[in-house]
Amino acid sequence: MTPSVPMLKVENLQVGGDGFLVVDKVSFTIGQGESFGIAGESGSGKSTLLLSLMGMMRPGLRNLGGSVRLNGSPMLGQSDAALASVRGSKIALIPQNPATALNPSRRIGTQIAEALLLHSALNPRARAMRVLDLLSMVRLPEPTVAARRFPHELSGGQLQRAAIAMALAGAPEVLLLDEPTTGLDVTTQAALLDLLIDLRHRSKVGMVCVSHDLGVLARLCDRIGVMYAGAIIEEGPLASVLARPGHPYTQALVASIPRLTSVGPPAPIQGSPPSLFDLPSGCRFAPRCALVQDACLGQPPDLTSAADNHKIACLRAFTAPAPVVNASVAALEKATSVLAVEKLSVGFAKHGIFDRKTPSSVVDAVSFTVAKGEVLGLVGESGSGKSTILRAIAGLAAPTAGQITLMSSGRTEILAARATARPLSQLRSVQLIFQNPDASLNPRHRVLELLAQPLILYGQVPRSQLREKAADLLDQVRLGPATLDRMPAQLSGGERQRVAIARAFAARPDLILCDEITTALDVSVQAAVLELIRNLARKHDVGAIFVSHDLAVVRSIADRIAVLHNGTIVEINDAQELCARPVSPYAQRLIGSVLDIPA
Amino acid sequence: MATVLLERIGLALITMIIIVVVVFFALELMPGDACSVNLGRGASDSMLAACQKRLGLDQPAVWRFAAWAGDFLTGDLGISMQRDRPIAEVVGWRLRNTLILAGLTAAIGIPLALGLGVLAGLNPDGPLDMTISGIAIFAMTVPEFISGTLMILLFSVILGWAAGVVTIGYKAPALDLLKASVLPAATLIFILAAHILRMVRASVIEVMQSDFVQMARLKGVPHRRIILHHVLPNALLPAISIIGLTMAWLLGGVVIVESVFNFPGLGRLAVDAVADQDLPLVQAIALLFGFIYVLTNLGADLLALTLNPRLRTRRK
Ligand code: SF4
Repeated sequence: MTPSVPMLKVENLQVGGDGFLVVDKVSFTIGQGESFGIAGESGSGKSTLLLSLMGMMRPGLRNLGGSVRLNGSPMLGQSDAALASVRGSKIALIPQNPATALNPSRRIGTQIAEALLLHSALNPRARAMRVLDLLSMVRLPEPTVAARRFPHELSGGQLQRAAIAMALAGAPEVLLLDEPTTGLDVTTQAALLDLLIDLRHRSKVGMVCVSHDLGVLARLCDRIGVMYAGAIIEEGPLASVLARPGHPYTQALVASIPRLTSVGPPAPIQGSPPSLFDLPSGCRFAPRCALVQDACLGQPPDLTSAADNHKIACLRAFTAPAPVVNASVAALEKATSVLAVEKLSVGFAKHGIFDRKTPSSVVDAVSFTVAKGEVLGLVGESGSGKSTILRAIAGLAAPTAGQITLMSSGRTEILAARATARPLSQLRSVQLIFQNPDASLNPRHRVLELLAQPLILYGQVPRSQLREKAADLLDQVRLGPATLDRMPAQLSGGERQRVAIARAFAARPDLILCDEITTALDVSVQAAVLELIRNLARKHDVGAIFVSHDLAVVRSIADRIAVLHNGTIVEINDAQELCARPVSPYAQRLIGSVLDIPA
Repeated sequence: MATVLLERIGLALITMIIIVVVVFFALELMPGDACSVNLGRGASDSMLAACQKRLGLDQPAVWRFAAWAGDFLTGDLGISMQRDRPIAEVVGWRLRNTLILAGLTAAIGIPLALGLGVLAGLNPDGPLDMTISGIAIFAMTVPEFISGTLMILLFSVILGWAAGVVTIGYKAPALDLLKASVLPAATLIFILAAHILRMVRASVIEVMQSDFVQMARLKGVPHRRIILHHVLPNALLPAISIIGLTMAWLLGGVVIVESVFNFPGLGRLAVDAVADQDLPLVQAIALLFGFIYVLTNLGADLLALTLNPRLRTRRK
C-alpha cells in the first residue's frame, strides 16, 4: 500500500448520549483510492460511526470527543447548512436500504438530477444527459426507462444501483457504504459487488464500507477493522486479519461464517454483546471470552501492533488456537421418508374484476422426499418458487396438480390441499417457522402463553404441567425459564426466533418447514439458530425443509440440497457433493457467486 | 390504473344502490305509512284508503320501490306530505344553501388546516405546536352545539361583529347567504380544521423522521428544499383521503350547526322533516346525504389515486 495524503481522518472519535457510548475512541484514515471495511454485528455502533463521518448524529446522540476531518476541515459540530456543500459532493453515502432512502413520490431521474443541480454547474439539458450516463454506468438496463420510474417500480437490486448512481452524481472523493448488499439475492449481490469493485479500480474514490458480512468486506476492502461494543478491537490488512485473526472475537466471527468449503454448522458465539448502558469496565468482550484472565478486567486494552499494520486490542492476542470450523457430522442413516412430494404444481388462480393482482410465482411438477431427521435445503432466488413449495406443504397455497404424502408413526396419508381442510393430526405433523418472528408471534402474549397454545391443542398437556413443559421446550432452544414471563418485544431478534422454533417443536411435529428463518439475524446468532435446528431435527427424528436464498447458509445446515430455478428443481443432491461438483449450469452459477472468504 | 379507477367507481355505485335499498325499506319497516302518520289517529278507514290510493301505497312494497327508485333516477323526488309541494323544489334551494356553507368551510378550512398542520409538524413540541395542537384537541372534543353557541356568545353577543342567528329565508340571494354563512362556517372550520391538522401534523412528523429525508440531508439538500420537495409532497398525500373523510363526516356536523344558527340548509330541513314526520322528505334527504357521503369519498379517492405515484403505477 502506498502511503498517500489522508482525505478522511478520524481521530479518537467518541459518540454517545447521556451515560452511554455508541462509538468509543475510533481512529482511522482513508487516502485516495483506499478502501476501509468495518465489520460488526448490529448494535456494534458501525452505522452511527458511518453517519458521524458525514457530520450527522442520530437524535439523542452527540459528539463526545475526537474529530472527523475531511481534507483538513472538520465535519463535526457544523450546522446542516454549513455541511450541505460538502455532503453529496465531497463525501456521499450509499444507504443500507434504498427502498426507504429514496423519496417514494419522485422519479429516480429527478432524484439523481437533484444531486447534480446542487453540486454541479450543469444546465438542465446537460443534467438530463448526465443522469442517463450515471444510470448506464451502474448498469441499469434501459436508463431512459429507469429514469422515469418511481422507486416502488424497481426491484431491490435495481434500487441499489439507482442509489449508487445518486451517490456518484456529485463526484465524491469519499464514498460511504452502509451494508451495500444486505437483503439482496446472491446473484444480485455478486453483480453489485462487481460493480463496486470496478468503480473502485477505475476511480480514485476512497471508500468506507460497513457490513456484518465479512464476505462482502473481503471483496471490497484492503484494510478492515472489527468493531465490538463501539470500539475497533482489531484492525489490519484484509488478508492478515482474516487469515490470522488475533482477537478472540474476530476469531469467533470468522468461524461463525458459513462456508462452502466446510462441513457442518458453523460455530456460534456464546452470549450476547454488552448493553451500551452497562459496559464492562475492562475488556468489553471479557464476559464472552474463553481466555479471560484477571488482567483483562482492569481497563479496556488498547489497540497495539501485533504484526505489520495489524493491531489488536487484546491482552492475549493469538493465544487462542486457530478457529475450528468443522463440526463432526454423524453419518446420516438412511431413515425412511417422512414426506413425499410428487409432481407438485402451484399456480395462482385467475383474478376477477375486483381482485388484486398477485405476483404469480409458479411451481412446476416438483418431486422430492424428506427422510426422518434429515434437513433438506431448498435454495433459489426470490421468485424461484421455493417459498411457494413450503406454503403448499403447509396448506397455505393450494396445488394445481400433484400430491403431498406424509408418512408418520405407521400412517401414510395424503395431505389435504388446504390447511383448513386438514384434521388436527395433520396440522400437528407439519409446523412452519416464518422468516420474521415479529410477525408470527402475537406481541400481546407472554412467551408462556405462546408455547401453551400448541401444548394444549396438540399435546393435550394438562394446565398444571404447562409451565414445566414450556420451560423444558425453552431449555431445548437454550433459553432460560425466566423467558417464560417475557413479552416478545422484550426479547432480541435471535431470542424471538428461538421462541418461534420452540413453539414449532411444542406440537411434536413430524416435519418442520423453515422459511428464510435466519435472514433477519446477525451471523453469530444465525449460526446458533442453524445449529439448533439441525440438532433438534436429529434428536427428535423430525424431517426439516430449510428454505433460503443463501447457498452458504443452506450448505451449512442441509444434508441434501435442491436448487430451484423458475419453479423447477434443476439439481438435487447430497449437500457436499452438490457444492463441490455442481452439474447444472444454474447451480454452478449460484455457487460461483457465493462470497467465500479467501482462507 | 384504468381497472383501479373502474373498480373504485363500481364500488361507489354499488354502495349507492345499497343506500337506496336500505333507505326505502328502513322506512317501510316502521309501523304505519305516510298516510296514517299524516292523517293522524282520527282518520277513518275510507280516508286512509283514499290517501293510500292517491300515493299508491296500496301496491306491494317491491313494486312501489321500483316506481320510487325509477322516479328518483329521473329527478322526480316525489311530493312532500306536510308541505304539499314537490320535494325537488323544497330540497333544491336548501341543497344550494348547504353547498354555499360547505364550500366556504372547505375553501377556508382546508388551506388553514394544511398550513397549521405543517407548521406544527415541522416544530413538534415547540410553543407554536403546543398552541395549535392544544386548540385543535379542544375543538375536537367539544360538541358542535357547544362550540357553535360559544361562537355566538363571543362574536355576536360580546363583540357584536355578526348576527348570531340567520334570519333570511331559504330563497335569499347567494351573496346574502354567503354573509349569513360566516359564523356557522367558522364553527364548522373550527372542527374540520382540527381533525385535518392533527393528521397533517402526524404525517409531517413521520416523514421528517423518514430515511429519505435523512438521505436528502446527507445528499446536501438545503433545508428549505427538503421541506418543499421531499417532506410536503409525501406528507400531504395521505391528507387527501382524510380531507375527504372529514368533509363527509361533516354532514353530521352540518345538521347540528344549521339548527344552532337557524341556517336554512339541508341539515335543518332534515331535522324539521323528522319532527313533522314527513316520510317522503326524510327519505329524499337521507338519500341525498348518503350520496354526498359516497361521492365526496369517491372524489378524494380518485384525487389521491391520480396524485400518488405508488397507487397510480402498479409494479409490473
Ligand atoms: S483482553 Fe482478555 S477478555 Fe478481552 S478478548 Fe483478550 S483475552 Fe479476552
